[in-house]
Amino acid sequence: MNNKKHRRVHEPFATVVKRDGMIWYKAWGVRLLAIALALCVCSVVLVVLTGMLGNVYNPIEIFAAMFKGNFGTSRKVWNTLHDMALLLCISLAVTPAFKMKFWNIGAEGQTLIGGLCAAACMRYMGASVPPALMIPVMTVVCILSGVIWGIIPAFFKAKYNTNETLFTLMMNYVAMQLVRVMIAIWVPSGSGILQAMKVGRLPVLFGIRPLFNIIVVAVLTVGMFVYLKYSKHGYEISVVGESENTARYIGINVKKVILRTMALSGGLCGLAGMLIVAGTDYTVASGSAGGMGFTAIMVSWLAKFNPIVMVLTSLLIVFFEGGASEIATAFRLNQSIADIVTGIILFFIIGSEFFVNYKINFRSHKNHKEV
Amino acid sequence: MNSTPAIELKNITKTFGSVVANKNVCLEVRKGEILSILGENGSGKTTLMNMISGIYFPDEGQIFVDGKEVVIRSPRDAFDHKIGMIHQHFKLVDVFSAAENIILGLDDEKKFDIKEVEKKVAEITERYGFSLDPAKKIYEMAVSEKQTVEIIRVLYREADILILDEPTAVLTPQEAKKLFAVLRRMRDDGKAIIIITHKLHEVLSLSDRVTVLRKGEYIGTVNTSEADEKSLTEMMVGKKVELNIERDEPKNISPRLVVENVNCVNREGVNLLNDVSFTAYSGEILGIAGIAGSGQRELLESIAGLQKLYGGKIIYNNPKTGKSEDLRDKTPQQIRELGVRLSFVPEDRLGMGLVGNMDIVDNMMLRSYRKGKGIFLHRTGPKNLAEEIIKQLEVVTPGASTPVRRLSGGNVQKVLVGREIASSPKVLMAAYPVRGLDINSAYTIYNLLNEQKRKGTAVIFVGEDLDVLLELCDRIVVLCAGSISGIVDARTTTKEEIGILMTKSKGAEINE
Amino acid sequence: MNALAVISLIVVILSNSIRQSIPLLFGSTGEIITEKSGNLNLGIPGIMYMGGISGIIGSYIYEKYAAVPNAFFGIVIALCSALIGSGLLALIYSFLTVTLKANQNVTGLAITTFGTGFGDFFGGSLTTIMGDGGNLQLQYVPGYFKATLPFASKLGDVGTLLFSYGFMTYVAIIIAIFAAYFLNKTRTGLHLRAVGENPATADAAGISVSRYKYLATTIGGMIAGLGGFYFIMDYTGGSWTNGGMGDRGWLAIALVIFATWKPNFAILGSIVFGGLYIAYNYVSGVFSMLPNADRIRPVVQECFNSLPYLVTIVVLIITSMRNKKENQPPQSLGLPYFREER
Repeated sequence: MNNKKHRRVHEPFATVVKRDGMIWYKAWGVRLLAIALALCVCSVVLVVLTGMLGNVYNPIEIFAAMFKGNFGTSRKVWNTLHDMALLLCISLAVTPAFKMKFWNIGAEGQTLIGGLCAAACMRYMGASVPPALMIPVMTVVCILSGVIWGIIPAFFKAKYNTNETLFTLMMNYVAMQLVRVMIAIWVPSGSGILQAMKVGRLPVLFGIRPLFNIIVVAVLTVGMFVYLKYSKHGYEISVVGESENTARYIGINVKKVILRTMALSGGLCGLAGMLIVAGTDYTVASGSAGGMGFTAIMVSWLAKFNPIVMVLTSLLIVFFEGGASEIATAFRLNQSIADIVTGIILFFIIGSEFFVNYKINFRSHKNHKEV
Repeated sequence: MNSTPAIELKNITKTFGSVVANKNVCLEVRKGEILSILGENGSGKTTLMNMISGIYFPDEGQIFVDGKEVVIRSPRDAFDHKIGMIHQHFKLVDVFSAAENIILGLDDEKKFDIKEVEKKVAEITERYGFSLDPAKKIYEMAVSEKQTVEIIRVLYREADILILDEPTAVLTPQEAKKLFAVLRRMRDDGKAIIIITHKLHEVLSLSDRVTVLRKGEYIGTVNTSEADEKSLTEMMVGKKVELNIERDEPKNISPRLVVENVNCVNREGVNLLNDVSFTAYSGEILGIAGIAGSGQRELLESIAGLQKLYGGKIIYNNPKTGKSEDLRDKTPQQIRELGVRLSFVPEDRLGMGLVGNMDIVDNMMLRSYRKGKGIFLHRTGPKNLAEEIIKQLEVVTPGASTPVRRLSGGNVQKVLVGREIASSPKVLMAAYPVRGLDINSAYTIYNLLNEQKRKGTAVIFVGEDLDVLLELCDRIVVLCAGSISGIVDARTTTKEEIGILMTKSKGAEINE
Repeated sequence: MNALAVISLIVVILSNSIRQSIPLLFGSTGEIITEKSGNLNLGIPGIMYMGGISGIIGSYIYEKYAAVPNAFFGIVIALCSALIGSGLLALIYSFLTVTLKANQNVTGLAITTFGTGFGDFFGGSLTTIMGDGGNLQLQYVPGYFKATLPFASKLGDVGTLLFSYGFMTYVAIIIAIFAAYFLNKTRTGLHLRAVGENPATADAAGISVSRYKYLATTIGGMIAGLGGFYFIMDYTGGSWTNGGMGDRGWLAIALVIFATWKPNFAILGSIVFGGLYIAYNYVSGVFSMLPNADRIRPVVQECFNSLPYLVTIVVLIITSMRNKKENQPPQSLGLPYFREER
């Protein structure tokens, strides 16, 4: 009889069960709720931090500033769109690999190497080769460099099952060092800063510098969506990602698909590098990719590898990064506040996926009515 | 015999999503007895045992150990109640030694000294007549050695309640015999032993009592001395059913697929297929029987181009061109390009035959997506096919765009078989195509196979239910430990004859 | 150059390598313990930043409010705040990946974003927040950490090689040796390795997978945090520059691979990496004989800086080619564990 009390203590408080699948609007509801919660936490953090620095603002003011920072003037709108386009471009690049469950976290390096090649083209060919020839050549060179950077880890993954996460991670730093080496060669003064180059730039459309890049990325977005959803290659990627056994069973050459997809992934990163260097920066530095190679992974993952949804997720990230940096200026905070805010938002969104995929069953007593 | 049960389950229910794995199951094991849990595949035996050993937590019901109600939340709780389970799929860490695996999770508050453990393990192996090097790494071990490690692990913990999940499925008859001797010795020691199996002769020769489960439900418990194969089978399958599967005489038979001296070796160098030779004729259903893991999967995968072979030939006689092609060392894609119309329904439906997260249309495309010009997919054909299969095979689904993972087992199988038949194959291989299916779905599958046979396809059917094999097939190849132990005429043979062939490996005694 | 001078040079190179190696050693020991539980924590760079900045914050507050700063309290307060800061961040990682079963790569990268942001924010704004303004530079506390044994300088080369470091250097080596012992020779270490290799097996053996993952990740994070802390307190002497820690966090992860997940190998490996970091200083002499020496030197320097990564890649490839089971990453590295999966 006294077991009865004992039993309750020992019973698990809650058990976690995998869901069969949540209806899409509920899933997005959960995610929106997570973002809302994250905003609450961020506003508390921001109010506290600005308060610590001796200024008391209310959160509404802060978010208004965030909005203004992103969309306040037409120049800011273009900048936001452009940042978003670049991030989206790299996110599109990593997506096919991720869909294949190839954890390519080397986008940063693949982008950089493309940027480096763009800079090299501008430097060595920009003055002598006409733009009509220069741009196609530069595009090919940049894409090829990204392909090489992406395909090396893929080759060893396919051949020896070398851990691709660690390999691609290391390749990032090799690329960064390579950039530094080249800058050391190019810049005799030893300042380590390559001055903006005047020749070999990508065209500026309608006087709006970011427009060219935005158009390229818009085309790529649609292209990637179609490629993944409607092409035979895209289908093979899905099958390999879902089940390598099934892929073997229907005669897909898994190694070939891995190599091909990583070539695509790396090539697009290389192209993104070119857009950054030849499209806006006109110079290259080891930080040219600006961590976007890593952020892109989160953008892609948050969008569940859907290129169209990625437009939203990349906007979300860019909005918070840009907004936070505006706050930093407006409220005399350190620029790094952007990373703190982004970090917090990411924590919440990452955490919210659990509630989409799993269900928690709390302890119930109905089982023991008969006792 | 002590009257308090060592362990008692009352009204245990467990569901996974919408699947009921166990429903109101009751069970009682006394000290000093061996209880068999008998049931077909998918009857919920393993799920039930996983709840005793703390892997799963029951949705409803109570568990009593030594008459006291207990809550087993985790395997550790199970150990605390002296319950030890030997899983069918070994739960061992590959890079650890035997001794390290044996003490894993054990906290006896003694100083941690692997040498001491190895000594104690050696004592146990000696006492029971096992042979095992405690310092050997698991990844260097053969299957039977791994099982030995599992058993010693439980013995090392001095468990009073032992659960063995289909322990003989991976053993040779001699090894099984040795195991049974150990189990009897432990029973005489006063331990309660539960053995999960679907082999009747094991039940009868080993256990004191038998509990029968059917489709997750508790059917009853009988004393083995009062039971025989017939009565147990009736409990297991319900009332004795005449299956009444239709079977036509084969017409226009000609050798379609000739398998000659096929050999296959796994990564550890163990022979999975030994000189396997047989011929599959058009217009007949060739059955393949054998205990689980006797090389059935490897055989079918070899023919489908998924296994690397060491020696042998697989000749396909193309009825259209009259040419003969050797399929050995060809990839599935190359086989298809040769014009070989080979369809394969693999055992692992959602892990190999289909992609669970894709919808029915996209799963239809698995076989045909390469068709058509250009780089884009052509979804119209597969969509029509999906709708046709849903209609003709009465697949219960909200629509063609539902992920197959959400369908029930029977409907998943209809989708898979439907797709494989759609390409009008000349050879159709099906591995355990009715496993886990309800009776109506099973008959749908039998009819589909018969229809193929009538169309002149060479059908190869790997089954586990001997009654089905006997009624459905024309001839039966019996595999035993990777070798063919006999090819019999299904119309004249008996269950007993096949049963004997299934356990007749080289040099082993048949009597158990 | 005579033999004695050569020995002295080698000693100087070695001791400088060791100074460079300590942040990496802390970082990789922490990451090895984390990865042995199956968690691939790519948040280590952020956690190292966190350890550094928390240590600074604690010390700064102590220096500001203590009437007479004293070595014991200075050390304890600085250490504790570093451990708490990095531990908390590692705990967030554990919560997201273990309890909420989130993707480890994504979570780790988010942790790194947050941690570096947090570090650079407070590194830049701490003095303003505290109402002092100016650049961040600790006065006393770094001295406690940099203090060497009094007789070290009197022992010549031996003293330079063995005793010329602050106590954190020895702590790093002791932790690494202890971690190696812990993983290979203790029951808890065996259980931890089992969790990382095969969580389902560990679970069936009655080991609480979640608890081990939480503890290993948090403690591993704290140890890694000490790497950032050492860098700030000992190496830079208590000041903060934005991004000053550079890529040491990623190098620590590289070192884990280089050491094939063995903390005792990581000790040697970290010295090799540290040596590669400073090697250009010593080879640059060779290049100074060439024409255009000034132009070539930075190029060579950057080439040398890429060596740790290249060497790591080579090690990664060779271990996967040799496919020796003992040198592979833990088998379930990067994968979440959910018991009722079926």
